[in-house]
Amino acid sequence: MIVPIVFLVISVAGFILSGLPLSFLFNEMVFRLSRNLILVMSLIIPVITGMGLNFGIVLGAMAGQIGLIFIINYGFGDIGGILIAVLVSTPIAILFGYLVGKVLNKAKGKEMITSMILGFFANGIYQLVFIVLAGRLIPIKNADMLMSTGTGLKNTIDLNIIRKSLDNLFFAKFTSFPIVTLIVSALLFVGLYFLLKTKLGQEMRAVGQSMHIAGVSGINVDRTRIIAIVISTVLAAWGQIVYLQNMGTLSTYTNHEQVGLFAVASLLIGGASVEKASWKEALIGTFLFHLLFIVSPLAGQNLMGNAQIGEYFRVFIAYGVIGLALLLHAWEKSKAKTQLSDI
Amino acid sequence: MDIKKIYRKIGFPRLIISAFLLLLLIVAAALNIPMSGVWQDIFTRFGMNAILVLAMVPSIQSGIGINFNLPLGVIFGLIGALISMEFGLTGWASFFVAIGIAVPLAIIAGYFYGQMLNRIKGQEMTVGNYFGYSIVSFMCIFWLVAPFKNPEMTWAMGGSGLRVTLSMESTMGGVLDNALRADVYPQWVPQWLENFLEIVPLGLLLTFAIFATIIWIFSKSKLGTSMKVAGSSEAFATSNGINVDKHRILGIILSTVLAAIGIIVYSQSFGFVQLYNAPLYVALPAAASILIGGASLRKAKIIHVIIGTFLFQGLLVVALPVINILSEGSMAEIIRIVISNGIILYALTRKEGEAA
Repeated sequence: MIVPIVFLVISVAGFILSGLPLSFLFNEMVFRLSRNLILVMSLIIPVITGMGLNFGIVLGAMAGQIGLIFIINYGFGDIGGILIAVLVSTPIAILFGYLVGKVLNKAKGKEMITSMILGFFANGIYQLVFIVLAGRLIPIKNADMLMSTGTGLKNTIDLNIIRKSLDNLFFAKFTSFPIVTLIVSALLFVGLYFLLKTKLGQEMRAVGQSMHIAGVSGINVDRTRIIAIVISTVLAAWGQIVYLQNMGTLSTYTNHEQVGLFAVASLLIGGASVEKASWKEALIGTFLFHLLFIVSPLAGQNLMGNAQIGEYFRVFIAYGVIGLALLLHAWEKSKAKTQLSDI
Repeated sequence: MDIKKIYRKIGFPRLIISAFLLLLLIVAAALNIPMSGVWQDIFTRFGMNAILVLAMVPSIQSGIGINFNLPLGVIFGLIGALISMEFGLTGWASFFVAIGIAVPLAIIAGYFYGQMLNRIKGQEMTVGNYFGYSIVSFMCIFWLVAPFKNPEMTWAMGGSGLRVTLSMESTMGGVLDNALRADVYPQWVPQWLENFLEIVPLGLLLTFAIFATIIWIFSKSKLGTSMKVAGSSEAFATSNGINVDKHRILGIILSTVLAAIGIIVYSQSFGFVQLYNAPLYVALPAAASILIGGASLRKAKIIHVIIGTFLFQGLLVVALPVINILSEGSMAEIIRIVISNGIILYALTRKEGEAA
C-alpha cells in the first residue's frame, strides 16, 4: 500500500500548491474517472492470467475508434450511434485480441515488451489504412472526414453527434454528471468480479500461478491466455468509445497512442503489480493518476514559475512509475530465485 | 550449395527487404531521381547511425539482449556536446571535448545501470525500455532548468532553458563528414576522386570503421570471448570460472559509451543537437537495424551492423523521394514504422538464439 500513499501525498501537496478550487477539482475528477475506468479495468485480466501488463490494449482502442469512424461516416448519432459503434468494434476487437494472443503465446516470458512493440506495429498498419487507403480503397461517404486531397482521414474528427450521449442518458434533467457511464463502468466491474469466480476465471488464475502446473492439470494454457487477451482487447475497445463520447473529438492518429501508457500507469499507481491487480487498484489508481494530472501543471507553474515543468513532471511520473514497478517486480522475482537455489 | 541453403543463410526478412530496396532503386531510376544524391544520402545516413547500431552489439553479446536503454548513453553524449558548445569551442576541439566529457559519464552510468540489470535477469528489455523513457522525461525537466548561459543555446525569451534543437553549424557541425573534403582540392587529386569524396563522407565512414574495428578486436580478445561465453550460457560460464555479472556490466558499459559517442557523431553530421523527447526515438531504429542485419536476441556480429544499417537506412532514403512522387509523404513514415517494429516483433517471437 506504500505506492498509493506516496502518490496521495504528492497529489495533495500539488493540490495545495496549485490553488485550484475544490469544486472544480471534484467535477473534473468525476468526469475523468467515468471516462477512464473501463480502459484501466481492461488491464486486470491479463495480469491475473500471468501475462503482465497488456500494452496491447492500444489495439483495442483502435478497434473502438474504427467503430466510431464507422458511425460518423454513416451519420448515426445519439445513444443508438454508440450502440452501433460498440456492435461494429466488438468483432474487430475480438479478431485483434485473438491475433495479439497468438503473438504473445509465441513470446512467453517477454509478453510486455512484445505487446508494446505490437502496439507500435499496429499503429503503422492503422495509419496505412486511414491515411493511404481511406477514400481510395475504403469508401468514405462523409466528405467532412477526409482531408482536402480526398484521401486519408483528417487529424481530428468531430464526434458532436454522439457527444456525451451516454453520459447524459436518462439523467440529463437532474444533473450534468455522467451517471449512466458510471453505472455502466460499475456493472462491468461486477461482471469482471463474477467472471473471475467462474471456471474460466479459476483457470486464468491457475495459468497465472504457473503455466506448467496448469498445463499438467489439463488446462489448455494457450487457449486461456488468448481468451484473456480477447476480453482485455474488447474492454479496451468499449473503454475507448466511452472515453471519446465524453471528449467529443477524435484525434484520429494520436488518441490511441497514449492509452496503454496512461492506463498502465494508473493501475500501477493504485498499488497493483505485474502479477496482482483487482478493481480496487484500478479505482484508486485512476483517481490518483488523474488527480496528479490535473494539479501538476499548475503546481509546476506556481512552484517553479514554469508550467512546462509540471507538464514534463507528469510524463516523468507516468513513465517512472511503470519503470519502477517493473524494476521492483523483476528484482523480487530474481531474489526469490536465488533463495530457492540457496536451499 | 543448393538454393535452400543459400536461402537459409540469407534469411527471409533480409531477402524481402533487399528485394524491396532493389525494387525501390529501380523505380527511383525509372522516375529520373538523381542517383548521386540518393547515394550521398545513403552513405551519410549510414555513417550517422552505424555507431548507434554498433552499440547494440556488446549488449547482445553479453546476454542482455537488445539495449532498449540506449537513451541513457545518448543523454550523456548530449550533455558532452552541450558543455563543449557552452564553452564556445569549435571544430575538432569541440568534438573531442564533447567525447572527453561524455565517455567518463557514460562509463559511470553504464556501471550502475549494469548493477541494476544484474538484479533483474530475464526482464532486461522491458525494464530497460521504461527506464530509458523515465530518464528521457526526467531530462526534459533538466534541459529546462539546466544552468546553460550561452545565448545561442537558450530560449531567446527569458534567457533560460535550452531550445529544442540547437544548431551546430558554428561549432562541430560536419567535422567528420567534411574531414577529407576541401573547398578547393589540390592539383594532384583526379576528378573522379573529387566526385567520390563529394558523394561519400569518407571521414564519417572511417570513424565508424575505427570503432567497429575496436569492437571486433575486443570480441576476439580473451576478455571479449569470455563476455560472449557469459552471454550465451550462464551456467556454462560459471562452471568455467567466468564471473557472469562482471561481464554483463562490461557489456552494458561498452554499449552505453558507444551510444554516447554515437549520438555526438550523429549530431555533428545532422548539424543539430536534438533535446527533450528526441532521445526516445533512438533505440527502436537501432534495434531494428541490427535485427534486419541478421542478429538475434542472443547473437550479434559487426557484419550484422553493416548489413542492417545499410538496408534500413537505404530503404528510408530511397523510399522517401519515390513515394513522394507516387503517393503522399506520410507513406515513407508508415513504411518505417511497419518495418522497424515488424522486424523487432519477428525477433521477439523466435525461439532463443534463432536468427531473425
